[in-house]
Amino acid sequence: MIVFLIFKTVLIAIILGLSLLIAMYATLVERKFAGFIQDRYGPDRAGIWGILQPVCDGAKLFFKEEYMPNTADKALYILGPSLTMLVALLTSAVIPWGGNIAIGGNNFSLQVASSSIDILYIFAITSMGVYGIMIGGWASNNKFALLGAVRASSQMISYELAMGLSIASVIMMSGTLSLSEIVHQQESMWNIAYQPLAFIIFFTCALAETNRAPFDLPECEGELVGGYHTEYSSMKLGFYLFSEYINMFISSAVISTLFFGGYHMPFINDLGLSQNVVTLLGTAFLFVKIFFFILLFMWVRWTLPRFRYDQLMKLGWTMLLPLALLNLVITGIVMLLV
Amino acid sequence: MEKYIFFGLSGLAIFSAIMVLVSNKPIHNLLYLILCFMAIAGHYLLLNAQFLAVVHIIVYAGAIMVLFLFTLMMLNLNLKLELNKSLMARIVAFVSGLLLLVTLVIILNGLVIPTPKTATTQIGMTRDLGQVLFSEYMVPFEAASILFLSAMVGAVMMVNKNK
Repeated sequence: MIVFLIFKTVLIAIILGLSLLIAMYATLVERKFAGFIQDRYGPDRAGIWGILQPVCDGAKLFFKEEYMPNTADKALYILGPSLTMLVALLTSAVIPWGGNIAIGGNNFSLQVASSSIDILYIFAITSMGVYGIMIGGWASNNKFALLGAVRASSQMISYELAMGLSIASVIMMSGTLSLSEIVHQQESMWNIAYQPLAFIIFFTCALAETNRAPFDLPECEGELVGGYHTEYSSMKLGFYLFSEYINMFISSAVISTLFFGGYHMPFINDLGLSQNVVTLLGTAFLFVKIFFFILLFMWVRWTLPRFRYDQLMKLGWTMLLPLALLNLVITGIVMLLV
Repeated sequence: MEKYIFFGLSGLAIFSAIMVLVSNKPIHNLLYLILCFMAIAGHYLLLNAQFLAVVHIIVYAGAIMVLFLFTLMMLNLNLKLELNKSLMARIVAFVSGLLLLVTLVIILNGLVIPTPKTATTQIGMTRDLGQVLFSEYMVPFEAASILFLSAMVGAVMMVNKNK
């Protein structure tokens, strides 16, 4: 029991550290990638290839002056970014980061909490994500912030539906809500082969849920100044910006887990390696997949222009939702016939 | 262990429920209500009703309360609730509240609360719940879904009528 608790605590610490580290360096990669796409260098002054840039940015955010509007609701103004950060970090608890690892005769799963409702848990946490933004936007007592918050929340509520329906077809196929079980079933064939449409819908919705371009209307500079975080400065602003990158990392992890076989690596079992090596290689391979999707997120951002608000709603309600329903029906028919 | 979690959650639920009544900013009331829902979801988890717990969060805290918050923010109700009721109204409110208290005390006095079967019951698991819903309670379940559908269509109709 004690060994189990220690292992889980260490695992939680590692995952927390990794999420923060990856989110930190994703900011640098984003700027470098934007530079690459726009045919320029990107940040390259701090350290070799700008490797210290995130550290400088972080230090700057920490030491900047803390400013709070006079008319703000003090408690909620602080609660907003904290809640956003908390919600962003909570989801990683149910993602299976690897297979089983054997330490001194004990077999440990590289998943912090395995339950029979993993996917629903992710949904519950995602639906809580709206509050951080809404509370922050409202508590600032600023018209632009409030409009940004209202936009963000209506966008997130609208796209949650299509997202849930697209996953429902995957759940129907797997017959389970447990993520580790879903990954286990993908050992021979990844889900993307059966559910390409669900993947496309899910990915589009993930872009909207993380408020990334082309759906970054909540912080549309041209119309809303900074959107819901207009009145925020210093590390509170840092939390909002940072949680976007953590969300991106977690969404990529969920996409890899649901559609791309999670920690499964093709032909790994033919090599005859020991269990621990296979597990660690699998985890490394999962991270390769995650990094690929993070890059895809960035690629989309620097390629596509921003949607207009009515277009966004139209896409969500009249395209993605019916498509997801159709996919659900087709999945059901195929399951009955096969 | 479970006992301490139970008392912690109960305390949180009662505290937030009282704060919903006491706090005089509408947005704060709403957030306390969400906290209360969270505590109740924790109780469901203790009863091994995982599906119910998560759906409770998704539907109530995640969807319905967001719409409430939405409305409150758009209306920007920030006025302090002042006690400007007439003496008559206050007396009536006091008496009816007292009557409710008496009724509750009488009911709860004769009630033997059965000890909840924790961790042994499996009905809260998604699979078991689904099987029961789609076999034994098929007709009421479908009837409820049709009711929801008609409510949804009605809402759309009402919006379109004003255009």
